[in-house]
Amino acid sequence: MRRELRRDFLVGLFVLAGLGCIAYLSFSVGGISNEGGTGLSLYATFDQVAGLKTRAPVEIAGVKVGQVTGIRLNDEYRARVDIEVDGSLELPFDSSAAIVTAGLLGDKYITLELGAESEYLQSGEEIAYTESAIVLERLVGKFLYNVESDEK
Amino acid sequence: MIHAVAYIGARTLKFISELGHITVFGFRLCVAAVTPPLRGGLLLDEIYKLGVLSLMIICISGLTVGMVLGLQGYNTLVRFGAEESLGAVVALSLIREFGPVMTALLLTGRAGSATTAEIGTMVATEQLDGLRMMSVDPIDYVVKPKALMMLLVTPLLSALFIVFGIFGGYLIGVAMMGGDSGTFIASMENSVDFVNDVAGSFLKAGLFGVLIGLVATYRGYSCEPTSAGVSAATTSTVVTTSVSILIFDYFITALWGV
Repeated sequence: MRRELRRDFLVGLFVLAGLGCIAYLSFSVGGISNEGGTGLSLYATFDQVAGLKTRAPVEIAGVKVGQVTGIRLNDEYRARVDIEVDGSLELPFDSSAAIVTAGLLGDKYITLELGAESEYLQSGEEIAYTESAIVLERLVGKFLYNVESDEK
Repeated sequence: MIHAVAYIGARTLKFISELGHITVFGFRLCVAAVTPPLRGGLLLDEIYKLGVLSLMIICISGLTVGMVLGLQGYNTLVRFGAEESLGAVVALSLIREFGPVMTALLLTGRAGSATTAEIGTMVATEQLDGLRMMSVDPIDYVVKPKALMMLLVTPLLSALFIVFGIFGGYLIGVAMMGGDSGTFIASMENSVDFVNDVAGSFLKAGLFGVLIGLVATYRGYSCEPTSAGVSAATTSTVVTTSVSILIFDYFITALWGV
């Protein structure tokens, strides 16, 4: 009987450890979002998202407050980016969203600049003021073009 | 010349008939798996033998593989000045490849061979015939618990392997090379996706579990009832399973991209 108890205990421990690892990998590392609905869902429309990915962080003053939940093309062929931020945040409705790059070649993320209005954004509303991602190649191209026209 | 062609023909016929046998065996196993008595005690015994006793080798291998990945990854990434993506490199290679494949290979050697030897010895000592005489189906009583639990245990062990591996990579990247702990974890969490990476990893591990369970029990069940037969069957389990794991791994990755 004692031997059986020991076996059962070890098996239980093993299964729990395995399930714990699966849960860790799925929820923490894999990032299944628990759709609690506590977050504030907003969206913003950009002309150019250039390499922004879902699950990219959304930051205010460099502090992560949420993440990108979806990117798709809207009816006017512009990029509609859905984001979800911490539900306790009160964002003035004239806040703006910009896509920026971490370092020169790093990952893209969204940073929010707070506005000054006293009315706050509600869930499902749009962040009207946006600043699109900068495409490095285009910038370099423009620069080279300007240099050439200066020389003439 | 004729002999050479005849040899190829004989091997082909043998391979095809083997494939037929294992399919029939797998089918009978599936039927047995959905037929009640489940025999909880036997199942627990198998989890203990296949899973708990393999824990040590899986955890140690996971840790060392993770550490090697951390070291190799760091040394390579430093050349491109991209050492902040070490977390992503370690986690993605462990989750997508090393976890399921290494676990399956280790489990083949550790538990697959033992399963074949155990069933093979039962065949050699006519214990399965004894069961049949008592009108107990050996596939239901002996094979089913082993094969089913192999399917359960492989994803669990693979998850443990991956977590220990990530910990090993973290040790190297953060504690030894002095990388930033937050960067390591953030780069890992931002690059790993549940559907594409984690779910695929467990799908792979589950498939490998089915493969090991099926081949190991089939080889034991169909082995020659002699000591040489048992030893040949055990060897053949390790060889067949290891090779087919690697081949399957390629095709799963190529076809489903996990």
